[in-house]
Amino acid sequence: MSDTAPPFVAAPVRRKSAHGESLGVRIALIAVSLAFLLLFLALPLASVFVEASAKGWEAYRAAITEPDAQAAIRLTLLVAAIAVPFNIVVGVAAAWAIAKFEFRGKNLLISLIDLPFSVSPVIAGLVFVLLFGAQGYFGPWLQAHDIKIVFAVPGLILATIFVTFPFVARELIPHMQSLGTADEEAALTLGASPWRVFFRVTLPNVKWSLFYGVLLCNARAMGEFGAVAVVSGKIRGLTNTMPLHIEILYNEYMGAAAFAVASLLAGLALVTLALKTFLEWRFGDEIAASRRH
Amino acid sequence: MTTAATPFRWREPSILPGFGLALGTTLTALSLIVLIPLAALFIKAASAGPADIWAVATSPRTIAALRLSFMGALIAALVNAVFGLILAWVLVRYEFPGRRLIDAAVDLPFALPTAVAGISLAAIYAPNGIVGSLFAPFGIKIAYTPLGVMVALIFIGLPFVVRTVQPVLEELQSDVEEAAALLGASRARTIFRVVLPQVAPALLTGFVLAFARAVGEYGSVIFIAGNVPMVSEIAPLLIVIRLEQFDYAGAAVVATMMLIISFALILSVNLIQAHARRRLGDV
Repeated sequence: MSDTAPPFVAAPVRRKSAHGESLGVRIALIAVSLAFLLLFLALPLASVFVEASAKGWEAYRAAITEPDAQAAIRLTLLVAAIAVPFNIVVGVAAAWAIAKFEFRGKNLLISLIDLPFSVSPVIAGLVFVLLFGAQGYFGPWLQAHDIKIVFAVPGLILATIFVTFPFVARELIPHMQSLGTADEEAALTLGASPWRVFFRVTLPNVKWSLFYGVLLCNARAMGEFGAVAVVSGKIRGLTNTMPLHIEILYNEYMGAAAFAVASLLAGLALVTLALKTFLEWRFGDEIAASRRH
Repeated sequence: MTTAATPFRWREPSILPGFGLALGTTLTALSLIVLIPLAALFIKAASAGPADIWAVATSPRTIAALRLSFMGALIAALVNAVFGLILAWVLVRYEFPGRRLIDAAVDLPFALPTAVAGISLAAIYAPNGIVGSLFAPFGIKIAYTPLGVMVALIFIGLPFVVRTVQPVLEELQSDVEEAAALLGASRARTIFRVVLPQVAPALLTGFVLAFARAVGEYGSVIFIAGNVPMVSEIAPLLIVIRLEQFDYAGAAVVATMMLIISFALILSVNLIQAHARRRLGDV
């Protein structure tokens, strides 16, 4: 062993240096990455909590318990509680049709489902103002029947559904496609009813990618700003969601209060990230398909 | 698969149930929430009449806002392409303390509401902020200038390049790199001639996603931009302003221009990619 050792020891060392980067380059690249993330991620996130606590605990508590803030929190939860289940139903339906069947126009349908991702959130709000606003296409009819959509809660929900439309479907489709149809066909052949097949075979198979999609959908629904800003009218206590409440406080130079409410949403973002990371770590294989599209 | 003998079919036969219900639900929701509202936008824009459309489209303020949104998005996406590639490389190839935490943190811009991002970026990049104060002595203002717009657009586009390049880098076979090294190529040459060409399609995809997101971004930008007309006013803000003046047609025209330009850009990149894939094989 000792006779042959020198050449064999030398070879891997040389190959490693030719294959990988030198230590200096590695350190430089890691340093560049860390500096970039510090400037664009870590400092902004930290500043939310620093600014929120700038005026002390009492001011923080007051900012998030005052009636307008409480109304904004309730409205944000209400909008998400309607928009997210809606998108779950539609997302599951879309994934079932697209992943389990072969039909013409499938790629076009997938592109159309993804369409809201390439539309500015402001435009997502604008389209509903054009339809349901006082001067919109259905405005006069709605006014005659005393129905308010724009500058009211229904408009907030519609705009939120628009911007979060693709989230559930695009997580489910690749995963359900990769699973194929054999399990469902077997269950049907064994005499299970269609809904039983769906709830006992399909859903358990994809539950983690569904949860993953719901998580992202919910984060966006609760945090959406541009689309709801356009349709809300920003009536305090009535049509102000948390992000809109933050804007009003900020523009009124109540920075600490704005950051206090913002810290709640930042907390939600951190919980979302933690759950997302856990899902990727624990069920990585199942949801991997959607990360590799 | 379909030969001349097989009759035209809208879908392949299957024993699975529920196709009609699932597709019907999808198409109904898609039409009511996305397609009909977007069609209303185009109809509204068209109803303005050629003279008014021309006046809005060629007004200096519209052009300045569109230029800022598209150029800002382009620069931000380029910055993200460079740093996102480095970041993906570091995360895949190197082992260092905190790597997993950093990997998870990259998705923060997906999870953090844009308004929260906007006020916190404005706070740290303002002249008296922790980063802004480093640049202020040199006369460089970041927040409340077009530079501030770029900062916000870099933030919200950050995850796209990393998340599209990362899986490709993970699956890259190291034997090709070893072969290049054994044949005498330097490390730099190996990276630029062997690794980068394989990553290029994913890099382009991430670039386009970051660009598309940045063009329409509103929430994170308006707090840091300063919103001076002709200087730091982005196109989505101009739409909001037109709407607040009850100029529905004007808002619709600016929105339609934004959509047409970005769809044309995305489509042409997709065509380039499809062309490259046909020429180079499935890379």
